[in-house]
Amino acid sequence: MQFIYSGITSGSIFALVALGFNIIYNTTGIINFAQGEFVMIGGMLIYTLLSIYGLPFLIAAPLALIIALFLGALFERVFIKSVRSPNEIKLITITIAASIILRGLGMVIWGRNSLSVEAYIPYKILELPAGTLTSNSLLVIIVSLITAFSLSLFFKRSSLGKAFRACYDDKVAASICGVDVSKIRMLAFGIAALLGVIAGIVTTPITYVAYTDGIMTGLKGFAAAILGGLGSFWGGVAGGLLLGIFEGFFASVFPSGYKDAFAFLIILAVLFLRPKGLFGKKKAERL
Amino acid sequence: MKKFTLVLIILMMSSVSYAEIRLGALFSTTGPASFLGMPEKQTLEMLVEEANKNGGINGEKIELYLYDTRGIDAEARKKFIRLVKKDRVDAVIGPTRSGSTLAIKELAGKFKMPLISCASSDRIIEPINPFVFKVAPSDMFAVRKIYSYLKDNGRKKVAIITAQNGYGDSGRTALLNEAEKMGIDIVADEKFRDNDRDMTAQLTKITEKNPDAIICWGVGPAPAIVAKNYKQLQPEAMLIMSHGVASKKFIKLAGNAAEDIILPAGRLLVAEKLPDNNRFKSMLVKYKNTYEERFDSSVSTFGGHAYDAFQIFKKAYKISVKENIEMIKAIENIKGYLGTYGEFNFSQNDHNGLDMDAFIMLKINNGDWELIN
Repeated sequence: MQFIYSGITSGSIFALVALGFNIIYNTTGIINFAQGEFVMIGGMLIYTLLSIYGLPFLIAAPLALIIALFLGALFERVFIKSVRSPNEIKLITITIAASIILRGLGMVIWGRNSLSVEAYIPYKILELPAGTLTSNSLLVIIVSLITAFSLSLFFKRSSLGKAFRACYDDKVAASICGVDVSKIRMLAFGIAALLGVIAGIVTTPITYVAYTDGIMTGLKGFAAAILGGLGSFWGGVAGGLLLGIFEGFFASVFPSGYKDAFAFLIILAVLFLRPKGLFGKKKAERL
Repeated sequence: MKKFTLVLIILMMSSVSYAEIRLGALFSTTGPASFLGMPEKQTLEMLVEEANKNGGINGEKIELYLYDTRGIDAEARKKFIRLVKKDRVDAVIGPTRSGSTLAIKELAGKFKMPLISCASSDRIIEPINPFVFKVAPSDMFAVRKIYSYLKDNGRKKVAIITAQNGYGDSGRTALLNEAEKMGIDIVADEKFRDNDRDMTAQLTKITEKNPDAIICWGVGPAPAIVAKNYKQLQPEAMLIMSHGVASKKFIKLAGNAAEDIILPAGRLLVAEKLPDNNRFKSMLVKYKNTYEERFDSSVSTFGGHAYDAFQIFKKAYKISVKENIEMIKAIENIKGYLGTYGEFNFSQNDHNGLDMDAFIMLKINNGDWELIN
C-alpha cells in the first residue's frame, strides 16, 4: 500500500507538469519541451526568495507565482511569437533549444549544487492504512488537486477560460468572434509556467532542486500527458497519478533497478492499444 | 646563424621550464560531486603554495595544472590527455569520482603516467595497473568496519539499498562479498537512481523483511532522500550510510532525518575529539585548522584525500630523485606514512596501502559527528 501513497505524491507533480503540456498543446498545437525547466525554475525561485532574500513564505510564494506568469509570457514572446513562418515542427524544436538555454541559465545563476529550503509546514508523519505519508507530501497532493480544480473551473466558467477553449476548437472562428488568439497563446504559456513553478515550489523541501532536474521531470510529465491522452485536461491529471503509482508499484514488486523501464513499458503498451491515450477523445472533423 | 640562435634560445627556454615539477590534477569542482572536488582542489592549491613557499621539493618549484572534470567521465579523459600531451606533467592527482578514474585507468597505463586517484572504488586497483594508485580507502574496509560494528551489537539481518552508479555498484559488490565471509545475512538488496525523488517504494519492501539494520550506499542528494523517507517509515530503526556522505553538506540537506545515522568515516572529521595520545591527532588538527582558517568552511575527508595524495607524491618524488628510480617504484616503497586516513604501507601488490583501521564509526548527533566505539 505504501507505494500508492508515495505514487500519488510524485504522481501529482507529474500531473501538474502534464497539465502544463496540455494547456499549451490545446492553444498552440505544439509540445513545449521546456515545461520541466519551469519546475526547476520554480524551485530555484523559491530558494532565492526564501533563503537568499529571507522573505516570509506568504510573500515569497505569490511573488514567485507572479514572476512565473511573467516569465511564461516572456518565453512565448521571445521564443515562439518572434518566429517567422512558424510551423509545429519548428516551434517544438525551438522549445527544446529554449529548455537547454534555461538549464544553462539555471546553472550560471544558481550553480551546480543541490539546493534545499526549509519545509513550509511542520514535519509530521501521518499513519494511514498499511503505510505512512508525511505532512509535506500531503501538502503536495492537496496543492496539486486545488490547482487542477481551480484551473478546470477557470476553463469552464470564466469568459477568458472559454476563449481558451474556443481557440482549441477553431482558431479562425475564435478570432472572428473577437478572441485575441495571440494574447491567449501568451497567457497559455504564462499559465503553463505557473503550473511548473507551483510544482517546483511544493517539491523543493522534499526532493531539493538542482539545475538538471528539469529533464526528467519534463519527460515524466510528458509521458503522463501521453498516457492520459494529449490535450485532455483530466486525462493529464489521471495520467500523472497513474504514472506515479505504476513507478512505485514496479519498484516495490520487481527489482528496483528496473523501475523507470517498467513505467515507460506501460506507456508503450497503452500507446499500442489505445493510441489516443487512456482518456483522449477523438476530435470530430468535418470532411 | 639567426636560426641557430633561435633554436638555442627555444631549447634553453624549454629546459628552464622543465626545471620545475609539473603536477597535474583532475577534480570535479563543479557538478553533482562538487562537494567532494572543491575541498580537494582547495587543499591541493593550499599545499602546493605552502610547499613552494618553503622552497618546493628538493629546491624545485611545483607548477600545478588543475582542471575541472565537472564529474563527467568523458571530460576526465579529455583533460587527462591534455595533462599528458600538452602540459607534460610528472604525475596526476585525481580524479574525484570512481567512474572517472576507471575511465582513465587504461590511459594511465598507455601513457605511463603515474595516477594517484582520490576515488574509492576497489576496481581502481583491482586488477592492478602499475601506474594507478589510490589514497581513498577501499569500500571493502568500510564494509568490514560496518559489519564488525553490527556484529558487536548483535545485529545480523541486514538490508542494503545502493545507488546505481560507480560508487554504489562497487559498494554493493563489497557488501555482498563481505557478508558471506563475516556471517552477515542480507535480507533485501534494493537500488535507487541518483535522480530518484522518492525511495519509499524500495524502503517499504525492505521494512517488510524486518532487518536489524539498513545500509545505504550512495553520494549526493539521493542518500539524503533515503534518510528522509526511511525516517518517515521507520523512525526508530538503525540506518547506516557509507563514508560517501561524510560531509556537513549531507547533514544540511537531510536536516533532521540525518540524526542518529551511523557511518564509517576518516578520523579527520572528529580530529579534535580524538584522544590526545592518538598518533594521528596532531597532523589532523594542524591540517584542519589551516584549512578552515584559510577557506572559512569546515574540513572534509575528501580534502584529506588530496592531502594524502600530495604528501605521497612529494615523498615519492624525493625518493625517486634520491634513489634514481621511477616514480611508481618510489610510491611502492613508501611505508608507514601517517595520512589523514590512516597508515599507508604501499607495495607492489597493494596500491592502496590502507586497511580496515582507516575507518572509525561515527554517529550524527545534533547536526554534528560523534565518535562511537
